[in-house]
Amino acid sequence: MSFVDIKNVRKSFANVEVLKGVTINVEKGEIVTIIGRSGSGKSTLLRCINGLESIDDGEIRINGEVVHDKATDLRRLREKVGIVFQQFNLFPHMTVEQNITLAPTLTKRVAKGEAARKLAHEVLSRVGLEQKIDAYPEQLSGGQQQRVAIARCLAMGPELMLFDEVTSALDPELVGEVLKVMEDLARQGMTMILVTHEMNFARNVASKIVFMHAGKVHEQGAPAALFANPATPELRNFISSTH
Amino acid sequence: MTLNFNQLWRYQDDFLHGIQMTLTLTLIATVAGMLIGLLGALLSNNRLPAVRLLIRSYVEVIRNTPALIQIFLIFFVLPYAGLRLPPFEAAAVALSIYMGAYSVEIFRSGLASIPRSQIEAGQCLGLTRFQVFRHVILLPALRNIYPSLTSQIILILLGSSLASQVSAEELFHTAAFVESRTYRSFEVYAVVCAIYFVMVLSLRLIFAGAERIAFRWPTRR
Amino acid sequence: MRGFTLSDFETMLWAVQWTATLVIIALALGGPLGLLMAMMRTSRNPVLNGIALVILQIVQGVPLLGMLMFFYFGVPVFLGIKVPALISVSIAFTVFAAAFLGEIWRGGIQAVHTNQSEAAACLGLTRWQSFRHVIAPQAFRIALPATVGFLVQLIKNTSLASVVGFVELARAGQLASAATFAPLTSYACVSAIYFAICFPLTQWSRSLEKKLHVVR
Repeated sequence: MSFVDIKNVRKSFANVEVLKGVTINVEKGEIVTIIGRSGSGKSTLLRCINGLESIDDGEIRINGEVVHDKATDLRRLREKVGIVFQQFNLFPHMTVEQNITLAPTLTKRVAKGEAARKLAHEVLSRVGLEQKIDAYPEQLSGGQQQRVAIARCLAMGPELMLFDEVTSALDPELVGEVLKVMEDLARQGMTMILVTHEMNFARNVASKIVFMHAGKVHEQGAPAALFANPATPELRNFISSTH
Repeated sequence: MTLNFNQLWRYQDDFLHGIQMTLTLTLIATVAGMLIGLLGALLSNNRLPAVRLLIRSYVEVIRNTPALIQIFLIFFVLPYAGLRLPPFEAAAVALSIYMGAYSVEIFRSGLASIPRSQIEAGQCLGLTRFQVFRHVILLPALRNIYPSLTSQIILILLGSSLASQVSAEELFHTAAFVESRTYRSFEVYAVVCAIYFVMVLSLRLIFAGAERIAFRWPTRR
Repeated sequence: MRGFTLSDFETMLWAVQWTATLVIIALALGGPLGLLMAMMRTSRNPVLNGIALVILQIVQGVPLLGMLMFFYFGVPVFLGIKVPALISVSIAFTVFAAAFLGEIWRGGIQAVHTNQSEAAACLGLTRWQSFRHVIAPQAFRIALPATVGFLVQLIKNTSLASVVGFVELARAGQLASAATFAPLTSYACVSAIYFAICFPLTQWSRSLEKKLHVVR
């Protein structure tokens, strides 16, 4: 069984079916990039993976655990599955350190005080922002905020990280610094599923590309093959429209 | 007619006692009212329609009838329910209920002012519902409602003067008492209004100071 | 001693006209004064602005009951004249309405963006013309929900006139309660009448508020 096992997932909002039977497998250490036009269900799928959205049919397993099972302790599962949002969603009333250490100290994985600060320092060094440990989110640029959001995720010690269009809200000149952090993570062997419009990133870093169209997985495969020989006209159109 | 404030000095202790009772009344109504308000706000999107209707009715009835009548009702009607409260306590109950109704609306708007994405971010970090409320929602929401909440507390301080109408001992009651002894109506009411004014001004200063200490994080605006 | 009868309720309904009278007087006199306050508060003249601010601070820092007592008992004794209750009470409510309406309308005027008045100036309008034709209509729409909301506060607060013996709705309730020894019924009826008047206004204010936010 795969590390992340998404099987035939269906999901509707009101009367609109957004996911129409999606099946994707993600192995440990894989970088899976989901691409597709807006409205193709990419973000919804990501939100289903960590249980933010319910599903109507099918099954999602992470490390064998069924996400949408009533018996599953969703909170414990989420400590293993980090998610980074488009809008950063840092807590405005907390410093960078407090943002990072809130969850680890509340869930009692790390003691308050020295140990917590050390943890904050360590994850901030991984995104290159140690010197901003005492800043408030509003005092940081968008790119820096997004890197803090990634650090906040890392502090939980996740086994899987989800990235939901994390560079879409950024000014163009700030996109690079965030992508670089993600590349580093990929190189260190983190399992990642990301929704993105950054085609170069998808091409160079991903181990698998999933092209979603109209609520279904339309095509998937290794990036080189997929970009070179798109099998369907929809993917061909999509690729040419992003150039 | 000449002004004569000298006679009022003899009643200094009465005035001080009145001030103390007025502040006590305000404090009780504020604390109890805010607790009611918080509870009501948390329950106002309850799953049960009956609970929502109950809270809605409470808020609308209190907000659309005069506080004076509410104080009379509590004072004269509670004995029928077997609860005979002294005037001060009855007034405290009535003002708490009054403050509660306005607080429900204030706290509700505060909770609504926190974007859903903040709550989701908390959930995704593995926090419990209570932890999300306590650490993610509470402080930013309080900051958003701080102006309306503090104005409401000042309105309660001023409104506590209505308690004098059921003979509860507070500042306004003192005023009526001193007036009946001295017949110096103009001076008495001028002085009492001035005392209220100073209390309101001091309270505003305290609120402004507390705001600066409690909400230090920078915001976009 | 007698029981509470339908005629007691009719007496209350009759007293509503005096509640209405107080509200109308407060609006008729306090409205123009409130407009003056709003214009002073938004004027560039620091003296006018300061005077309006002090008046506002005093009215908002003193209990309405205190103002009523001051104008009903205090001022006549000081001047050595007799003033009918209606006059004293009307003065207090007029001052009250002027201060609060002035503050609400100031908010409305300031919410109209400054580039609106700049645009008007560029069209060659005088300051008064620009206020009359450009700023005021927009400010009115913005301030209307809060104005209706204040109307509810004003109606409820006229009940304080009962304290000086002026017979309006609340006083009628007190009289009925004393005459019938039925405070529950009396005050419940009074509350119901106030509610019947205020609740629709509150709903109206709320729907105006909603409309405003949709348009903006």
